[in-house]
Amino acid sequence: MYFESLSAVLQMDGHGTFVWSAYFITLGVIVSMIYVPRRREKRFLRQLGGQIRRSEGSNPPSARKEV
Amino acid sequence: MWTLFHKFGSPPWLYRLSGAILRWLLPITLLALVAGAVWGLLFTPPDFRQGNSYRIIYIHVPAAVVALAGYYVMAIAGAVSLIWRMKMADIAMRACAPIGAALTFVALVTGSIWGKPTWGTWWVWDARITSMLILFFLYLGVVALYEAYENKALAAKACAVLSLVGTVNIPIIYKSVDWWYSLHQPASIKFTGGSTIDPSMLYPLLFMISAFYCLFVCALLLNMRVEILEREQRTAWVRALATERGGS
Amino acid sequence: MHPVRKQRLFLVLFLVVFSSSAIGLMAYALRGNINLFYPPVQVAAGMAPVGQNIRVGGMVVEGSVQRSDTSLEMRFDVTDFEAVVSVVYTGIVPDLFGEGQGAVASGKLDEHGVLQASEVLAKHDENYMPPEVAEALEASKARMAEQAAEGGYGQ
Repeated sequence: MYFESLSAVLQMDGHGTFVWSAYFITLGVIVSMIYVPRRREKRFLRQLGGQIRRSEGSNPPSARKEV
Repeated sequence: MWTLFHKFGSPPWLYRLSGAILRWLLPITLLALVAGAVWGLLFTPPDFRQGNSYRIIYIHVPAAVVALAGYYVMAIAGAVSLIWRMKMADIAMRACAPIGAALTFVALVTGSIWGKPTWGTWWVWDARITSMLILFFLYLGVVALYEAYENKALAAKACAVLSLVGTVNIPIIYKSVDWWYSLHQPASIKFTGGSTIDPSMLYPLLFMISAFYCLFVCALLLNMRVEILEREQRTAWVRALATERGGS
Repeated sequence: MHPVRKQRLFLVLFLVVFSSSAIGLMAYALRGNINLFYPPVQVAAGMAPVGQNIRVGGMVVEGSVQRSDTSLEMRFDVTDFEAVVSVVYTGIVPDLFGEGQGAVASGKLDEHGVLQASEVLAKHDENYMPPEVAEALEASKARMAEQAAEGGYGQ
């Protein structure tokens, strides 16, 4: 550990804003790199699953509203 | 060899394999990224000239290195998709582009933040930085070009050509600091001869570069999974998966 | 390999080789413009335009930095160890600016060949080390210089 206190870690001799903002921006990008495809996958499977159930539910097609 | 090649061409096989890999690789990668960041931020000595601002190196260099390597992955996948018309190569190429764009963005932004306290400017149009910006636009270009086509086979062809043409930029980025007078300093890690970075700083940097490579693999697989599902949505195995997992 | 695939492979190679050479030639033609700054030797040779905005980069000469007592004005010389260009600048320099360190100054050359700078950037090198290591290196260098000065050749 090269810092004596938490405030020294945050300040980093005046460079804290630069260093920490760089790390937090990177954190944000990495989280979205992982989160976005995972969410897309889940949502896609949910939508497709719903579609399949609906089309199965509407079988046989003669049961549809044909007055 | 050929059976493996054909297996890679099989979407359900790749989907299942990627799931099995991600189950352990993703937690390890995230853990390594956190460990590397803590190592770089708290347990490495400050630099004799730059003080603590140099700690940005532990994300800036790995992001840039993997962004360059990722471009080769994309271009090779593009070449395979052009020559063999392999669907999985096309999917891999498509999956590389947003990841590469994100990593290039990280390299550019962290470099800009690092430039202010050291060089005294956020941005300068020197050869290294400008060629890196071109890389960012190349990645975005592949994403946009792919979306622009309705026909996926045509989209794959156009994107493969663009990514192959863009490969010339990679050696330019790499050598720009040696070929031209630039503000950016030359590379500190050298393949031949000694590195000009102290071992106490080199090891966490190499650790972080490996962690970013793992991140690239994870993000690539995650993106490929979505792409595989979307393209194979009419097949029985995807429909079975959807009723089983998405049905609730 | 299937002849159609072979043909496509050649197409791919053709694409990469020709686009690379096209861009390579372009970069070669523009090589002067891709440089961010002029080294002092080019300025001394009259290759840098006078009265236009240019950048000059090099090492700040040891002992050349003079600061005004009353304003932020300062003068210093930059060198590439072949020629020297004087720079006049008013403003705040980056923390890493210092004698014996790299700097890039942008501004206009006046008729005396002095760069009237509007911006000074610090250029650092690719060496990273902890302060203690830098001190140890400095000390061992000084020791070696001392030994050389004492004429330690005979020993």
